[in-house]
Amino acid sequence: MNAFRPPSPSLRFIPVWRRNFLVWRKLAIPSVLGNLADPMIYMLGLGYGLGALLPEVGGVSYLAFLAAGTVCFSTMNAATFEALYSAFSRMQVQKTWEAILNAPVALDDLVLAELVWAASKASLSGAAILAVVAALGLVSSPLALWALPVVFLAGLAFAALGLIVTALAPSYDFFMYYFTLIVTPMTLISGVFFPVEQLPAAFQALSSLLPLSHAVKLARPLLLGEAPPAAALHIAVLAGYAVTAFWLALGLARRRLLK
Amino acid sequence: MDTLNVNGLAKSYGSTAVLQGLTFELRPGECYGLLGPNGAGKTTTLRCALGLTAPDAGTIRLAGLPVPERAREARSRVGIVPQMDNLDPDFTAAENLLVYGRYFGLPDRAVHERIPRLLEFAGLGGRAEAKINTLSGGMKRRLTLARALVNDPDILFLDEPTTGLDPQARHLIWERLKQLLAQGKTVLLTTHFMDEAERLCHRLAIMDRGRFIAEGSPREVIAAHIEPEVVEVYGEPGGAPAGPPQGGAAKDMEQAQPANEQHPLPRERGRGDGSLMSAADWAREEAAQFATRVEVTGETAFCYLTESAPLLRHLAGRQGLRYLHRPANLEDVFLKLTGRDLRD
Ligand SMILES: Nc1ncnc2c1ncn2[C@@H]1O[C@H](COP(=O)(O)OP(=O)(O)OP(=O)(O)O)[C@@H](O)[C@H]1O
Ligand SMILES: [Mg+2]
Repeated sequence: MNAFRPPSPSLRFIPVWRRNFLVWRKLAIPSVLGNLADPMIYMLGLGYGLGALLPEVGGVSYLAFLAAGTVCFSTMNAATFEALYSAFSRMQVQKTWEAILNAPVALDDLVLAELVWAASKASLSGAAILAVVAALGLVSSPLALWALPVVFLAGLAFAALGLIVTALAPSYDFFMYYFTLIVTPMTLISGVFFPVEQLPAAFQALSSLLPLSHAVKLARPLLLGEAPPAAALHIAVLAGYAVTAFWLALGLARRRLLK
Repeated sequence: MDTLNVNGLAKSYGSTAVLQGLTFELRPGECYGLLGPNGAGKTTTLRCALGLTAPDAGTIRLAGLPVPERAREARSRVGIVPQMDNLDPDFTAAENLLVYGRYFGLPDRAVHERIPRLLEFAGLGGRAEAKINTLSGGMKRRLTLARALVNDPDILFLDEPTTGLDPQARHLIWERLKQLLAQGKTVLLTTHFMDEAERLCHRLAIMDRGRFIAEGSPREVIAAHIEPEVVEVYGEPGGAPAGPPQGGAAKDMEQAQPANEQHPLPRERGRGDGSLMSAADWAREEAAQFATRVEVTGETAFCYLTESAPLLRHLAGRQGLRYLHRPANLEDVFLKLTGRDLRD
């Protein structure tokens, strides 16, 4: 059978999601604090330090500008880490996937569960940052709550991309390439730390293809109390990434595990 | 009741043909054994039967459903003990069962009710809250068996369930498997232990390089493939007083007697005066007149024969050779059919 046939998942993905949730619950507080601390340090450090030198960025204080970027950036990181390191442990090291596949759960269900789980966990860390940002008075209206579904959608996109890498990875070391060659450059040209308009035209064009910049373009106006322009386009791009990358990741996982 | 039907199953990895046209079926309520040396294809057969590996050719029906097309559904009637334990290290024993039950779509209430009985069955009563990394190898194996029963399956696949276990744990697993068979479950078992297969299996297949080379009940397989009696002949360990023979076959001993009640001469000297020689030399020079077939490994000669009296008389008069006379068993058949060379 063709490994890249369309996914046909079932609701059996739910018990697998619950398995990951049950593990997470045992370590929830350190996990959330860990996911929160790193991006907050960046945001506050850069926001106050660098922000003192800058009168305004994109029409608002640098800290307010950075808030949406940080939400998206930490969503991406959380989803990516979960889909890379944690999923790889479950697939390769602990053989958790093997055990699950002996039950009436298909690989389609299992990979979907990992996808939704990583997006859920990423949403939690996105939401935690959003809460801190709101507490700092950097959010202008309840419109900011719409950032939550954006964060979940972005989580799906980054988790699906991460699962592709996991399905290809021979070992943990492989993930360094993904971070160095993809995640870090993407972060720098997606409007997280500075407006994309600062970039040369070629980089702006490249940026417009990347999921992180679409997530930022949705989240930033929402946090500043405005409806995002061209929202449908950004949503479609993120959803497109999620679906295509999931399909590809599942195909690669089938090729790796069901041979 | 539908169990497992496999017809013409073939599978290659690259240019290696791992399964070469297997055909077999499980009769309801029986224990069917797959025996074979390392790499024979036992685990691959199980994976194909479960729909986890796509075969190159052949048809499979599991619990009445075509595999791999409806494997997900078929697996809901099956319990699996994999070759390598893969319990969830983040959970306690009870949580492992609960979470596994959810994969079958069982409501938590139903699984919670079963957990104490399952743990009791596995000899793990009182260990519900134990973390997996605090369990011994035998306990993990038993917990894996309990996990395989969480859905009350009709069919059980056990891939080397007792490898690495101490005799106590092995006997407990055997007892439990007999209980499960008595409840009417059908069992597919792979093992490297011939005594285990003889004890548990109604029928078995010996496979090598992806082919069945013998199939039937343990008695049938022995009768069809090997002479009924075996005499193992050993050289006396250099100059030591005669003692019971070494080795795993000792428990099957019918009679074992030192060929020489006196302190024998060291073997090195024995050759010189013509009265003593090593078992290997003896086998080469003299065994053929008594035995249908002789195999020598190291310092032991295995003589396979239908009429043992002449050989035993001969050995009784030899110095420096000890022997063990026993009926042929499945291990003899296995070694005859698959050879004595290492596989991996
Ligand atoms: N995924 C795979 N890719 C390539 N070769 C494989 C794969 N799985 C199994 N094999 C090969 O197929 C052959 C049969 O392996 P299998 O695991 O079925 O043997 P087995 O009878 O279960 O052996 P053991 O007693 O050691 O468990 C071996 O030569 C093995 O190397
Ligand atoms: Mg095996």
